Amino acid sequence: MSIAREHPLHKRRSGRNIGLALVLLAFIALVFGLTIAKVSGGGSIEAFDHTYRPSLDPATLIQVEE
Amino acid sequence: MTDIRADFTQTGPADAEFADYVALLKPRVMTLVVFTALCGLLVAPGGIHPVEGLAAIIFIALGGGASGALNMWWDADIDAVMKRTAKRPIPSGKVTEGEALAIGVTLSAISVIMLWLATNALAGALLAFTIFFYVVIYSMWLKRATPQNIVIGGAAGAFPPMIGWAAVTGSVSVEACLMFLLIFMWTPPHFWALALFMKSDYHEAKVPMLTVTHGRRATRRHILIYTVALLPVAVATGLTSIGGPVYMAAAVWLSLGFLTGAWAIWKRDEVQAEADSYATEKRVFRFSLSYLFVLFGALIAEAALRYLPAYAEFATRFNLLGSL
Repeated sequence: MSIAREHPLHKRRSGRNIGLALVLLAFIALVFGLTIAKVSGGGSIEAFDHTYRPSLDPATLIQVEE
Repeated sequence: MTDIRADFTQTGPADAEFADYVALLKPRVMTLVVFTALCGLLVAPGGIHPVEGLAAIIFIALGGGASGALNMWWDADIDAVMKRTAKRPIPSGKVTEGEALAIGVTLSAISVIMLWLATNALAGALLAFTIFFYVVIYSMWLKRATPQNIVIGGAAGAFPPMIGWAAVTGSVSVEACLMFLLIFMWTPPHFWALALFMKSDYHEAKVPMLTVTHGRRATRRHILIYTVALLPVAVATGLTSIGGPVYMAAAVWLSLGFLTGAWAIWKRDEVQAEADSYATEKRVFRFSLSYLFVLFGALIAEAALRYLPAYAEFATRFNLLGSL
């Protein structure tokens, strides 16, 4: 049996695969857009590196703002 | 040696089309979820980045779809018995129960985590609770146990505007609770009006619908009671910071219209209803659909009109419940 032979089953599977591909692409685009929005719109981005830093302490931040 | 030949003549559940998986997510229910969640998001004070807002709506809709898939997985036995639901993907044999469960659980997890990351923890937690409520409390527990199942199930459908609100504000306020109550009180008369003229086979499926357990007379009375209870909720929403003259006019006018319809349903008996093929019940059902869409549309219109300073100043006079 030739693999190239068309069967309705191929069409259904192809439709499913294309649908899933489009959903995944949309998800990637959305996560990318979210990342850009969060990074460009957020405040200062500073990672916690296991040592105390006043700039990461909310209480200190309030004092500074006052 | 591994035989890699595929059996191309094989058909069955594994050969579902993409549309069958989409149908698993109950896209028609999703439209209401998207619209009310969008309303909650747009009327909430403060702002949200458009991409974050879009993501919030998508993940709220996805969460609603996931709970729909889990509902179809759990209720596959009921769906197979009832004519209205027999063509759903699982009873029709296009999608297996295992697939529906896997899709439901996976999409639930993705939607909750992504909503949390896109907006805040409260919105994510509310979405998680909504899915839990719809699947476990409603579908698994109370749907087959009490004729008040529609009332309880309505709570799950009422959460989206609250989640939309929480996505923007990070909190839940009186306005969000009133939007919740608006859908919660609207759901029973809406579905019971449908149950009166859709002679569904709930009895064969052993689902205790009010029309079956307490009769049609009691159902008509319940429709009137819930519609009366809906009116103060609709009006109270207009007295908060999201209300205003446009919404209030729509709420009073439409609630009186809904009430008139519910009264007409209550006054009728089965002989009268069958004589005109349930014309009043069908009219009230259609009206109830417009009722919710117009009221939430009016809330969005209020939010838009407040960009006009003169209107915003006038509308604040309606905000009598704003200090709560």
